[in-house]
Amino acid sequence: MLSLRGLRQRYGTKQVLALDRFEAAAGEHWLVLGASGSGKTTLLNLVAGLLKPSEGEIEVGGQSLRKLEGAALDRWRGRSVGIVPQKLHLVSSLSVLQNLLLAPYLAGLPSDKSRALSLLEQLNVKEKASEMPHRLSHGQAQRVAIARAVMNRPQLLLADEPTANLDDANCMQALDLLVNQAQECGATLVVATHDQRARARFDKRLDLSA
Amino acid sequence: MTLAGISFSYLRARPLATALNLLLLALGIATITVLLLATAQLEERMGRDARGIDLVAGAKGSPMQLVLAAVFHIDAPAGNIPLADALALAKNRAVKKAIPLALGDSYRGYRIVGTNHDYPAHYGARIAAGRLWQAPLEAVLGADVAAETKLGVGATFSGAHGIEGGGDMHESAPYRVVGVLAPSGTVIDRLVLTSVESVWAVHRHGEPGEDPAKLIADMAEEEKELTALLIQYSTPLAAALLPRQVNASATLQAASPAYESARLFRMIGVGVDVVRAFGLVLVLAAGLSVFIALLNALEERRYDLAVMRMLGASRGRLMGLMLLEGAALSLAGGMAGIALGHLFTGLLGLALGQAKQAAVTGWAWDAREPWLLGLALLVGFSAALLPAWRAYRGDVAAVLAQG
Repeated sequence: MLSLRGLRQRYGTKQVLALDRFEAAAGEHWLVLGASGSGKTTLLNLVAGLLKPSEGEIEVGGQSLRKLEGAALDRWRGRSVGIVPQKLHLVSSLSVLQNLLLAPYLAGLPSDKSRALSLLEQLNVKEKASEMPHRLSHGQAQRVAIARAVMNRPQLLLADEPTANLDDANCMQALDLLVNQAQECGATLVVATHDQRARARFDKRLDLSA
Repeated sequence: MTLAGISFSYLRARPLATALNLLLLALGIATITVLLLATAQLEERMGRDARGIDLVAGAKGSPMQLVLAAVFHIDAPAGNIPLADALALAKNRAVKKAIPLALGDSYRGYRIVGTNHDYPAHYGARIAAGRLWQAPLEAVLGADVAAETKLGVGATFSGAHGIEGGGDMHESAPYRVVGVLAPSGTVIDRLVLTSVESVWAVHRHGEPGEDPAKLIADMAEEEKELTALLIQYSTPLAAALLPRQVNASATLQAASPAYESARLFRMIGVGVDVVRAFGLVLVLAAGLSVFIALLNALEERRYDLAVMRMLGASRGRLMGLMLLEGAALSLAGGMAGIALGHLFTGLLGLALGQAKQAAVTGWAWDAREPWLLGLALLVGFSAALLPAWRAYRGDVAAVLAQG
């Protein structure tokens, strides 16, 4: 499903990521481990088509990212990849529900309000549907960001440091939510973290520090 | 969920900045709108008042003053001319029609004009009630005068000496209203019309109750005077000859309403240009304000824009979002400005109406107004260009990693 070959990412002369080979099958749940600066976020950005690799091949669901450009790449990402960024980044001027509806709208998919509401219900934030994002707690905002990422039933779900600043109980809960939602839409899940507490939850691990 | 909806959500999230931008733009556009409406209406009005009058003959002095006094009735006449000279001029072969005017009195600020029946006929005035004057001291009211003074057929009133009002009352010789004119949209709506003889009789200061006809019969020929003669040429050639002939006489001067009003508009034009430039400066300031607002918004919104890219929006779409916002803001400001301009023009019209001057109305439209909307749009659009370009160029991965 996700296939990386000979991947190199350099900024100037500085190499920030080197990954010779990585394969993840459809529906697998992967943990990408590594200290900060080891290239975890860069890897996620490359896989999402937000960055172009300096060298190497990336294939997602049989689609080579090298063959996508500009608006077509943006559209592919909107439809195929769900992303939960570390800073969550909900759109401040839109309500929680509108933030969810933004995902299909920007990806050029039909609006699906009932899916948005049922996701909010599953993630236990339905009563916040019409609130503005600044009224949410961090935990609620994270659940909304997860809901937004899976709105379009992506093949690939990416999460960057989802457990940062969470206590042990909430850490496990956040990982469970990601795993459950990935299972729900049959997506391959890739979680990047330096949090050792997450190790126990995943049996497939990629360590970039190694 | 549409691009316009997202734009609107941002405008709504910053109500103060949005309101300030709207206000600046609206004031600029309103200023230009008022100028357009007021000058166009004044020009049209003056054109209507002067139509068919090729030349004004009156006492020596400023030709512009003569035209303002005798055609537009907004200035005091310089003096009078002997009736005999006026009659001689009227008989000139180059003159097709000559309408006599005798000014000097007013009623509650409205001028009393001694003339003949050709004068209302020249402006196509129709009688709304009663009839035209026949005997001395019979008067016919213009539509605005009748509406304002509430005088009707059969009422009597005394004129005041002086055309600005507030002078001595000629109480010994009251006028009697015998007719009211229908509105004509010309200067005649604001005049009280009577015969030339009535004006003479009032100024003879006879004993109360004395027969005006007898007063006039007693007048010496040299005492009979007119203020001006409105002349229509019989041939186009007259334009070359008649003014020179008139100006050569000892007592008369000729003035062309077309030439003098063009001269007047050239003089006013400088002031109009200054106000118009002021309006443009306001519009440009509004553009700058929209520009800064959008640039600031872009700074605040870089994460939102990056997230939109993350969710599948193309660069072009983000650029469209910024442009749409600038355009929406300027379109709203432009429309508010035009509405405001019409309101101000209406208020100006009310103020001018109080001064018994040519009215302007806020209800008329000018063909150039769509261009003003275009100007507003252009300003908003240009102001949004750089922010839009920056949104287009934004580096999503870098922005998402910050925060």
